[in-house]
Amino acid sequence: MTPAAIDDTTLLAVLAPFAAAVVAPVLTRWFKHNAAWPLALVPALIFLHFTGFIGPVSHGETFVASKAWAPSFGVNFSVYVDGLSTLFALLISGIGTFIILYSGGYLKDHAQQGRFFSFMFLFMGSMLGLVLGNNLISLFIFWELTSITSFLLIGFDNLRAASRRAALQALLVTGGGGLALLAAFILIISATGEIEMSALLGSPDIIKDTGLYLPIFLLVLGGAFTKSAQFPFHFWLPNAMEAPTPVSAYLHSATMVKAGVYLLMRMHPLLGDTVLWTTILPLFGGLTLLVGTLLAVRQTDLKLMLAYTTVASLGLLVMLTGTSHEKALEGAVLYLLAHSLFKGGLFMVAGTIDHEAGTRDVTRLGGLRSAMPITFAAACLAALSMAGLPPFIGFIAKEVLYYGTWNWPGAGLAVTLTAVAGNALMLVIAAAVALKPFMGPKVETPKHAHEGPVLLYAGPVVLSLTGLVLALMAHTTGELFVGPTLSSLTGEATHVELHLLPTSFNAPLILSLITIGLGIVLFTQLDRLRALMGAVLAAIGWGPDRGFDQFVAGIVGFSGRFTRLVQTGNMRTYMIVIFVFTAIAVLLPGYLTGGFPAMPDMPVYRFYEWGIFFIAALGLVAVLIAKTRLTAIVSLGIQGFAVALIFMMFGAPDLSFTQFMVETLSVVILALVMTRLNLMPNDHRPLPVALLTGAVACAAGLGMTLTLLAITQQPFDTRLSDFFAQYSRAIAHGRNIVNVIIVDFRGFDTLGEIAVVVLAGLCVLALIRVRTKPDKTAEASTVNARQAQVSEAR
Amino acid sequence: MRTIIFRTIAPFLTALMILFSVFVLLRGHNDPGGGFIGGLIAASALAIFGIACGVASVRRAIYFHPMGVSGFGLFLAALAGILSFFKSQAYMTSQWLIFELFDVEIALSTPMVFDIGVYLVVVGAIGSIALALEEREND
Amino acid sequence: METGVVILIGLFFTVAIYLMLSKYLVRMLLGIAILGNAVNLLIFTNGRLLREVPPLIPEHLYVPEVVTANPLPQALVLTAIVISFSFFAFLLVLAFRAYQELGTDGVNEMRLAEPEDDPTPPQGY
Repeated sequence: MTPAAIDDTTLLAVLAPFAAAVVAPVLTRWFKHNAAWPLALVPALIFLHFTGFIGPVSHGETFVASKAWAPSFGVNFSVYVDGLSTLFALLISGIGTFIILYSGGYLKDHAQQGRFFSFMFLFMGSMLGLVLGNNLISLFIFWELTSITSFLLIGFDNLRAASRRAALQALLVTGGGGLALLAAFILIISATGEIEMSALLGSPDIIKDTGLYLPIFLLVLGGAFTKSAQFPFHFWLPNAMEAPTPVSAYLHSATMVKAGVYLLMRMHPLLGDTVLWTTILPLFGGLTLLVGTLLAVRQTDLKLMLAYTTVASLGLLVMLTGTSHEKALEGAVLYLLAHSLFKGGLFMVAGTIDHEAGTRDVTRLGGLRSAMPITFAAACLAALSMAGLPPFIGFIAKEVLYYGTWNWPGAGLAVTLTAVAGNALMLVIAAAVALKPFMGPKVETPKHAHEGPVLLYAGPVVLSLTGLVLALMAHTTGELFVGPTLSSLTGEATHVELHLLPTSFNAPLILSLITIGLGIVLFTQLDRLRALMGAVLAAIGWGPDRGFDQFVAGIVGFSGRFTRLVQTGNMRTYMIVIFVFTAIAVLLPGYLTGGFPAMPDMPVYRFYEWGIFFIAALGLVAVLIAKTRLTAIVSLGIQGFAVALIFMMFGAPDLSFTQFMVETLSVVILALVMTRLNLMPNDHRPLPVALLTGAVACAAGLGMTLTLLAITQQPFDTRLSDFFAQYSRAIAHGRNIVNVIIVDFRGFDTLGEIAVVVLAGLCVLALIRVRTKPDKTAEASTVNARQAQVSEAR
Repeated sequence: MRTIIFRTIAPFLTALMILFSVFVLLRGHNDPGGGFIGGLIAASALAIFGIACGVASVRRAIYFHPMGVSGFGLFLAALAGILSFFKSQAYMTSQWLIFELFDVEIALSTPMVFDIGVYLVVVGAIGSIALALEEREND
Repeated sequence: METGVVILIGLFFTVAIYLMLSKYLVRMLLGIAILGNAVNLLIFTNGRLLREVPPLIPEHLYVPEVVTANPLPQALVLTAIVISFSFFAFLLVLAFRAYQELGTDGVNEMRLAEPEDDPTPPQGY
């Protein structure tokens, strides 16, 4: 079905957060943290706008809107609205609304709160542009903008080295992946001639038919795997927890890290259903799922536990996307929806605990349920969804995805076991995050814990309740959200029938029961499991995180050594390199084309002309062998005056005049300066150096001569000179053609040149006037002198 | 360098050279000469005066700072191009005003103003360099 | 007409480059001054040479009576001479000041910008 064109409101919806980013600091200055209320209206309105698409999209309609951006390159700012992008846009704006509110409470009285809001809105706009992007180039630009805003937000607390490191790491990993993605897009554009996603999706086999499938596939994976923190690129995501919690909740669990999954889902009709796709994606996805959950068990920091389960969930999503099996894909879509809701909520809960109790170390927390009842309730709701228990959306998602893995074509058992193990561990973490801080005896915390303000608990409560409501309205959820999104993945209209509770006693239900049982058993053994994982990791002793440091240190070290190799600090080496290349540049073309000119007959020069040539050569040689400064200056003057005479001989009195004056002044100022330089160095060069430099100079000089001979043997194009001669008097009323060219025909040129002369004059003046600060040097020298005295005395 | 003869002649020589430089500047449009050459001649005149009688007396004699003269020249040159705007022509289109005064044809033009600007730039900048270097000799 | 001048230009370039490969600033400056002349002559010669007929229009005519020397390279070279002179003066003063501050005119001893024992770049965050 061809997409229908819509008006520009959707384009404005993408740009609205950028506008909000501009006004946010001002509002924050006026209303302090309460600026969150008006600011949250922006994502709320965007959310409302996209709810308008739910109905039409669920009937299988798609929409495009476009504005020319850089038309000569075919780059447009265009959006494509279908099930997948609608779901993402709703998540981004919906969760974004509560994140903005939460930021208001979390960063209350923070000096940089305005800046923080600004960054958050920049990210929101970029993310919307990414998921709605129709034009590949603009999609890439928004993709990179999310990386950059993520960098800014992770490094928000830029006074801490850990923040800076995490920010840089995230930027390098995701930015590097972004470059791979750009390469993939350029390949796609040049191979298919299409730049709009909607056009590509219109003919799904277009990329597979080009023969460039393999490189495009690998490059797209490079982008998606780095962004969505797939093993072995997973290490940046836990480090990104250095960011303030709203960032972790929004970027690093609910939205940005899903950009890679979004890309894979978007590309599924184009790149999916091949052996490569159904092998590599489940392999890496499954590996990431296991690694993520196992590493999560190791952690005691609430945010880190959640971060590693996010890695695991992303792995699960990638694994499920790596098939053509409809149920598995349906599970992926459901899980994506569920994960954004419960993980965003849990992160905010963790932040609230940190904010109110002063720590987020799970071993130092306990018994907070009476102090923070609302937060505790929200945590429980979200954790139940994460654990995959009814009646929550997480449960439905798990049922569907187990159905998908159980019926997986080929390696069904392996995929199912991976999913079960992962989900069981996920349940463990969910229980640990939701129960440990709240249950048990009260533990003394650094801050006296009490319930946070409404700004802090609004988000977790609404998000976790949404997870409940969506499950209770399972039928509608399937019809309005999951079905349309699944259609985008499969490329054909797909109907989805969801039920809150299993309709029959089937394999997924058994698998669910096994998962829950296994999870509960593991939860009771959590401390032992944690110690075991700690021991295993200590035994391995190396991880990609350390590898990253070694990689960066290696690059810096290499560039340092390379710089020192190339830039020795020896001026003569630099100069020799320059002139060797000059010689090559003038000699090589003649050599390659065999076009060295024949030596023409020497024209008949008059006696005095020979004399002047001879004087010039004499002056040059005299400069070369001069032993004293006076000889050098005088010889320099001789060759200069000889040049003036040459100008005179060949009909250039103006030049000759100027040259005479300039040479005179040169000799004068040279003499003025040289008399104060207390040395006229005897330019002694050791024989090998003299031979080398001589050879270089001779080669370059010879090359110049040959080139000039070749040029002068060509016929001369006199059109320009004739023009000046013809119109000099007729138009410009001047009989001295040279002067007319300087002040009239090419006057603008001359204006630039006299500006250069003024500048040179100013520079000379500045150089003569500027001294090293006398007080400083004096101080330094006295200090040095005193130190010398002291050391002597000792 | 400061012989009595040189010191006596230098002021006259300088005056003559500056006069000559103005002559060269003004005849430049029709005969060999022009702002660059004239400027260089005047700058040499200043340098000679400086060597003979000291930089302080030169600075007193020209009253303005040489870089100020240079900057004014650049300003004048840029300004000369603007006149054409009043006739809705492109920047630096030359404008001519030719009239007769006592039977002599006088031609005033923007290229001439531009050339005077060039002259002042060269006198100022080169003169400033020469004077600055001469001045340092005394310390 | 050009051949003799062309060979002379080659000599100018050779001498200029040889001087610029010196270790001493003063020699390099002499080389730069000569290089300026070499390039000016090069541009001038590229416009072809003609004896003794300056590009002037006689008073009673509107176009030159006979074939004159090529005015265009002359105009280019005229400004180039003045600019290369001002830059020569600038470089001269620069060398002079460097000599005053560093006490040497040998470029090998001027290691302020690129010290011998340059530490490796910082590796922290």
